[in-house]
Amino acid sequence: MTNHWVDLRNSDVILIMGSNAAENHPISFKWVSKAMDRGATLINVDPRFTKTSSKADIYARLRSGSDIPFLGGMIKYILDNKLYNEFYVANYTNGAFLVNKDFKFTDGLFSGYDPEKRKYDKSTWSYQVDENGVPIRDKSLSDPNSVIQLLKKHYARYDIDTVCKITGTDKQDLLNVYKAYTTTGAKGKSGTIMYAMGWTQHTVGTQNIRTMAMIQLLLGNIGIAGGGVNALRGESNVQGSTDHCLLFHIIPGYLKTPNATLPTLAEYNKAYTPTTKDPLSANWWGNYAKYSVSLLKAFYGDNATKENDFGYGWLPRLDAGANYSWLTIFDEMSKGKFEGFFSWGQNPACSGANSNKTRNALGKLKWLVNVNIFDNETGSFWKGPGMKPEEIGTEVFMLPCCVSVEKEGSITNSGRWGQWRYKAQEPMGESRPDGEMIDDLFKRLKAMYKSEGGAFPDPILNLSWDFYDEKGHLSTHKIAQEINGRYMSGPDKGKLVANFTKLADDGSTCSGNWLYSGSYTEDGNMMARRNNEDKSGIGLHSGWSWCWPVNRRIIYNRASVDLDGMPLDKEHPVVKWNGAKWEGDVPDGGWKPMSQEGTRLPFIMKPEGVARIFGPGLAEGPFPEHYEPLECPVEKNLLNSQRINPTIKLFSEKGEGAGKDVYMTCDPKYPFICSTYRVTEHWQTGLMTRWNKQLIELQPQNIVELSKELAKLKGINNGDKVIIKSARGQIETVAMVTSRFKPFKINGQTVHQVGTTWHYGWCTPEDGGDSANLLTPTVGDANTMIPESKAFMVNIERKG
Amino acid sequence: MELTRRTFLQVSGATVAGLAISSVGFGLNGTRAYAAELRTSKAKVTTTICPYCAVGCSILVHSAGGKIINTEGDPDAPINRGSLCSKGASLYHLAINDDRLTKPLYRAPNAKEWKEVTWDWALDEIAKRVKESRDRTFAVKNALGQVVNRTEGIASVGSAAMDNEECYIYQKFLRGLGLAYIEHQARI
Repeated sequence: MTNHWVDLRNSDVILIMGSNAAENHPISFKWVSKAMDRGATLINVDPRFTKTSSKADIYARLRSGSDIPFLGGMIKYILDNKLYNEFYVANYTNGAFLVNKDFKFTDGLFSGYDPEKRKYDKSTWSYQVDENGVPIRDKSLSDPNSVIQLLKKHYARYDIDTVCKITGTDKQDLLNVYKAYTTTGAKGKSGTIMYAMGWTQHTVGTQNIRTMAMIQLLLGNIGIAGGGVNALRGESNVQGSTDHCLLFHIIPGYLKTPNATLPTLAEYNKAYTPTTKDPLSANWWGNYAKYSVSLLKAFYGDNATKENDFGYGWLPRLDAGANYSWLTIFDEMSKGKFEGFFSWGQNPACSGANSNKTRNALGKLKWLVNVNIFDNETGSFWKGPGMKPEEIGTEVFMLPCCVSVEKEGSITNSGRWGQWRYKAQEPMGESRPDGEMIDDLFKRLKAMYKSEGGAFPDPILNLSWDFYDEKGHLSTHKIAQEINGRYMSGPDKGKLVANFTKLADDGSTCSGNWLYSGSYTEDGNMMARRNNEDKSGIGLHSGWSWCWPVNRRIIYNRASVDLDGMPLDKEHPVVKWNGAKWEGDVPDGGWKPMSQEGTRLPFIMKPEGVARIFGPGLAEGPFPEHYEPLECPVEKNLLNSQRINPTIKLFSEKGEGAGKDVYMTCDPKYPFICSTYRVTEHWQTGLMTRWNKQLIELQPQNIVELSKELAKLKGINNGDKVIIKSARGQIETVAMVTSRFKPFKINGQTVHQVGTTWHYGWCTPEDGGDSANLLTPTVGDANTMIPESKAFMVNIERKG
Repeated sequence: MELTRRTFLQVSGATVAGLAISSVGFGLNGTRAYAAELRTSKAKVTTTICPYCAVGCSILVHSAGGKIINTEGDPDAPINRGSLCSKGASLYHLAINDDRLTKPLYRAPNAKEWKEVTWDWALDEIAKRVKESRDRTFAVKNALGQVVNRTEGIASVGSAAMDNEECYIYQKFLRGLGLAYIEHQARI
């Protein structure tokens, strides 16, 4: 979230799309309701009439997978009716920038496409620059090569009729949404977006979100109270685990994982340190080397020296351009690539796409370590449905971890607040905190490499690992302090740094994650703070816990003021220049307002200093374009000749594992769209809820929800046992016939959509049903590789 | 810092009445103090953050005799102000749960059953497997002859369910071992 949960109350119009917040983030509705009490409008857009829809002032439905046409039409509506915030667009975005004249868009493809590689050469996706290398701006926004004029041209095709033919939305509903949401472009008005997996789990997931981010920029809704782009994250610490980069492509603080083309630290830092020739740009990532060197110092301590490149050579390197993400792991596993696998606090046998492929892949391992609170479908995969234990050679270690209230530490919520948790009881039985297991394993391995040697022992032997208290116990506080960072030399040696502005690139500081620098300082554990006062008047609660970066509760907040530093929304000031300094939230850099000398543009993380309406970074192109889901009910994309995203990876049909990745579009065997979704009473694969007696009693089994119309067509009654089949697998479940789904009219054709919860698995409860991910396809978003679980094709039949 | 009920109340500024209202659900003056005393008079109070979704609701955890006896919404927390959804409200049943795994288990190749093992044995054996697989599959160079120094034959997923500090040392451990295939819930 650019903003945070309490801030929702400040919003004038709330759009919930790609999320069912009332069901899945119920307490968020405390703040949605507060906003509505003040007169805010709630809009909900969803294929199904959900609990969120029932609370909304305006509800519109769309076919799963058609968000970009829906939102692209809103961009056209904003531009046609001049509803954008001209001041904001001209000053705080690249809307006024002139784009390279060689940049083109033709029938679904941008300039630079290579169909063999399914990839773009992005060199024409660039700005025109002046003799000093600074991007040329036309603040009148009228130059035909300006971003705004190109945007107008791009979305000219997204007229209301075309949009409705693709999305299946009623025309009046669509207009009601556009009209209500775009009122937030007016000065002093705010609009926010709450989205979740309903946007990310698509082959165009990142571009779904980008389209909305562009709308937010056009309307001046970023950086302000009640605005922003707000991802409602699903796991208690998925924000923190992402920040600490348990992901292949990044290392803590969103630094890049080294790759094989960057053999030295100097080359690495150069490759990832952006430059700017614009004197008004803060270009914060210009500090990259301070954060990377401090991270290496945290990794290797005193063993990291200037002479040995601070241990850069000890870090593993990726092959440049290769993908090591989730779907690739299970694809490689199914081909026998891995000997060993850790499944730590996860249940991939139910959570990943195409569970049959995942479950079979586990049988190709030599050994599997499964760490969890309860037995799960991953650890016990060898005795699951269709498995023959005697033929499965995988050794499995199942390690019991304790629950959150049996250990101490911090977790970071969706609003970036790191909050401390305390230990209330000893771990049950012999269960243990995850941290202690990690520590014990590391100590054993280090001792083995020390005594026996082995392949390249240096990174293990040189890893700094001193997290123990005076009694020799693993101390969470010590780890939190290393994450914060400290001085490694000089007069303050050993002291904790106050924040990341103190970090250096010469080895004199360490920090395990620069973004968390400031979370645990000489003043104490900031994440444990419990001052619930609100001096801001807009619910910042700056004394409660701690928020990255530097306790800034609303990021990009210098875009909430005019050029003199006065709030654009006087009723909800986030920051304000009092003539000498900023008041309110921690500003995005302390520079003076834009009208004064020595200032810097507000979007400090971009080398342009402004936000990107034209976004040259993503795989598919600078402006989001509609492509159909990999499996879809239409043969033709009405907006261009590319049916599917031209840059997604298509998993091979050849070799071992062939036949596991089957896709079916417009196949009469699989005529209905299916989406997976959730209920309040369960969580993710159900691992922490199916074993919880109170919750399983409330929601004892899986269901498939379908419309009355489809039920009639298929002769299915409410409560019937049914079988849902996709090209990859099938599940048996119970039909729930409701009027919450309705057939769509898509380009004149009737199209049905069904939905099923994915919280279940064969382990428990009996008759609960198995995972809905047995149905979903192995295909990911072109940028993130998040699987397309929200739009795929199935059939449904009554059982027997 | 461990919060006793007493220091917690000082730190948080909560009143007994405030707690009692959330404990018993209504605010009749005579009843509330009595009800609160009954349930938590000797209990220690610590705070926690809900382990389910990422709203970050704060929860009071009452324990007595070293065991959790009650959990309920934290009225002082700015985000949830004492409210919890059905999952957060069931935290007690997650912690106090007979179905939890309480001993390390091992399944030998081709075996049809689990067998209970000791922690020392399990961790020793895992460390051996890791070392063998790492040593066997470690790649100094890739197909292009570039130095990569990575462990090809081991992958890891997890976990957004761990604390920040655990996430940090887990990735440090994995990267120390040279793993490239490091993923977790955020990807799916």
